[in-house]
Amino acid sequence: MTVLNSILFYFLAALAIGSALLMVTRRNIVHAAIFLLAALLATAGIFLQLQADFLFIVQIFLFAGGIMALFVFAIMLVRPGIPSQPPRFTRQRFVATILTLILAAQVFFAVVLGSGSLRLAARSVDIAPKNTEAVGDALFRQFIVPFEIASILLLLAMIGAVVISRRNRDAFD
Amino acid sequence: MLSIEHYLILSLALFMIGIAGVLMRRNVIVMLMSIELMLNAVNINLIAFSRLHGSVHGQVFAIFVMVAAAAEAVVGLAIILAFFRNGKTLDADEMDILKW
Repeated sequence: MTVLNSILFYFLAALAIGSALLMVTRRNIVHAAIFLLAALLATAGIFLQLQADFLFIVQIFLFAGGIMALFVFAIMLVRPGIPSQPPRFTRQRFVATILTLILAAQVFFAVVLGSGSLRLAARSVDIAPKNTEAVGDALFRQFIVPFEIASILLLLAMIGAVVISRRNRDAFD
Repeated sequence: MLSIEHYLILSLALFMIGIAGVLMRRNVIVMLMSIELMLNAVNINLIAFSRLHGSVHGQVFAIFVMVAAAAEAVVGLAIILAFFRNGKTLDADEMDILKW
């Protein structure tokens, strides 16, 4: 069982990292969007493996369904104006690579150094079997105020997107 | 046997790929996708620690991160569309109308 679990984890992790790398390096934006979708789905698998059933299905619905459709739609809207072969990377790519590698090394070192302090990993408690009920319970009992604020944030984002992307501003005034 | 470090390293790798994408790519839509990837990497951490502690609070926070990611994607794409209508470019290096 644990061996199967490990194989599943390494498969999903390799899929996620490989897709993410391809997403960052592909020239074609539509290919990048498809590889982002693959990375998000692999992450959803990781969520399921961590026994977060509710977030697994939310990830698929919200990201794979909603946000990816939004990205593809936006790509379709701006597609005709893109020049044929622009350079993919900015001028500061070498500095950016070095800074990213330094930051990665620092955090990796911190994780390795602090691995002894995470002894709690040994017991790895099982979450309640009814994951969706538990999440809903926590969301509506303890986190009701953040939940309402999040709904206001979504409403504002919706209104803001409509106002920003409206074509002619005087039409409704 | 899998430990929490496996998930931390996976999350770190995805986050760093996202940072590299934001810093290096010229296309603003790909930069926005990289930001989505980074937020997703954070969610892996939250859920891994939630599993580790046997509490669902980490998952609730992951839901809030997803809400923020969705709002950010919607507003970001709207700004990109509005900018594209005016400037006819998606190149981050050429978006310099505020620079003098």
